[in-house]
Amino acid sequence: MDEYVLVMRNEDGKNLVSPEQMQIWMKQTMDWIGGIAAQNKFVSGTGLPFEDARVVHPNNIVTNGPFGDIKETIGGFITVRAESVDEAVEFAKGCPVLQGEGNSVEVRRVASR
Amino acid sequence: MNQEIIPHLFRTEFRKIVTVLCKHFGIDHIETAEDIASDTFLAAINVWTYKGIPDNPTAWLYTVAKHKATNFCARSKSFQDKVLPSVDTEQSYLPDIDLSDDNIQDSQLQMLFAICHPSIPAESQIGLALRILCGFGIDEIANAFLTNKETINKRLFRAKEKLRLEQVRIELPSESAIGERLETVLTTLYLLFNEGYYSESKGAVLREDLCAEAMRLTQLLTENKRTNLPSVNALLALMCFHASRFPARKTAQGELILYQDQDETQWDYTLISKGAYYLQQASQGHTLSKYHLEASIAYWHTIKTDTTEKWEAILQLYNNLLQISYSPIAALNRTYALSKANSNEEAIREAEKLQLTNNPYYFTLLGELYKSIDPKKASANFEQALPLAKTQADKHLIAQNLLKINKNCL
Repeated sequence: MDEYVLVMRNEDGKNLVSPEQMQIWMKQTMDWIGGIAAQNKFVSGTGLPFEDARVVHPNNIVTNGPFGDIKETIGGFITVRAESVDEAVEFAKGCPVLQGEGNSVEVRRVASR
Repeated sequence: MNQEIIPHLFRTEFRKIVTVLCKHFGIDHIETAEDIASDTFLAAINVWTYKGIPDNPTAWLYTVAKHKATNFCARSKSFQDKVLPSVDTEQSYLPDIDLSDDNIQDSQLQMLFAICHPSIPAESQIGLALRILCGFGIDEIANAFLTNKETINKRLFRAKEKLRLEQVRIELPSESAIGERLETVLTTLYLLFNEGYYSESKGAVLREDLCAEAMRLTQLLTENKRTNLPSVNALLALMCFHASRFPARKTAQGELILYQDQDETQWDYTLISKGAYYLQQASQGHTLSKYHLEASIAYWHTIKTDTTEKWEAILQLYNNLLQISYSPIAALNRTYALSKANSNEEAIREAEKLQLTNNPYYFTLLGELYKSIDPKKASANFEQALPLAKTQADKHLIAQNLLKINKNCL
């Protein structure tokens, strides 16, 4: 069994949503992760809040946040156990982030040691 | 003579004498400690039968135990050769056995860590704890594990050998090691409690005793500054909440009553508030152990009324619990909470992903979820659960469900 990272990519992290909407997404995300954990396939994971985010450029240039020229931001990632990339993709399909237009989940196998 | 006094004293004093003597002599002499304690009770039976029970039977037992320990030391050549050089030889060779409350408590706590040593398997740890720290007879331990005396004797013998071989010391682990060693201790206490709470062994009294002993030992940990840690308090809270339902979960005939059918006026509210107190104590600091999550779930179950808030909270606790400690039963309970917090349809979809097809509760859960949606499927699932069910109580519940559904289908 391999480990795969599911990276949640938001089209634009600056898009403001209502606190109620955020609450719903949070619950959906917790239920999604709980569902994977209930199958004993959850390894680890974390959200990546935008506060205190920095981007370091060449020549010691530091900018606030991952925003700027790029359109996409990474909202968080989880690591799961899966028999194949297809199974990992099935997990990814349930990710609530996909409800947002332009968002995506990237599935990457963790290089085994 | 009062028929109750010897068994009662045996239950409370045997373990104290054994622990203090063993602490004094060292783990190598664990059997000697047991022998002296047994001899002491034998002496009590012989003397008290003819002379009557003394005014202070406990003090009598302690005096006799001390005498016997002293005699043993004086007579035993091996003791003089092997043990004395390692204890304080400046003092007289006769030991000063300290049976004060403080020393008893300290010795029991240290013994708990010695017994829950990672080098011996969990079931042996539980067996030793029952024998040495709880004063259970071999019969009772065999009963609790649904096995025979021989197996238990062998298991305990091997465990004691191992403790000797590893030269386990009867002491509290160092500050840096205590966290890791505590994990094993808590696991053992948790299993000991579960053995009492869920096992099918004969006799409700025995089972409640196991739970009470697990709680007493956990409480012992909270009473020492060095071991009074958040996860210990969380475990004790969990035990209090569960134990509060003891009187309500069986009928007079000993049949299991499901949570939703329990009469909550029979719950023990003193234990519930005790649990709330320990849960509060557990929330100091940043530790979040599986015991915290399980205790919080058990707390919500002390509120009988079904609300969305309650089931949403339980669902999220299970979501977290499964991330740090997966177990099939937690996965199934999580799915039940999902049906209450979200919907039956969603829970069925999630349940079918679990594929725990060797587990009777997997099929009873699906049966339960399908009841209001598709009685035929509900019935089919209960049918599949029936041959997998291990206990009489479970079989009975499944059969009752089948009967009810089939009646409604007609």
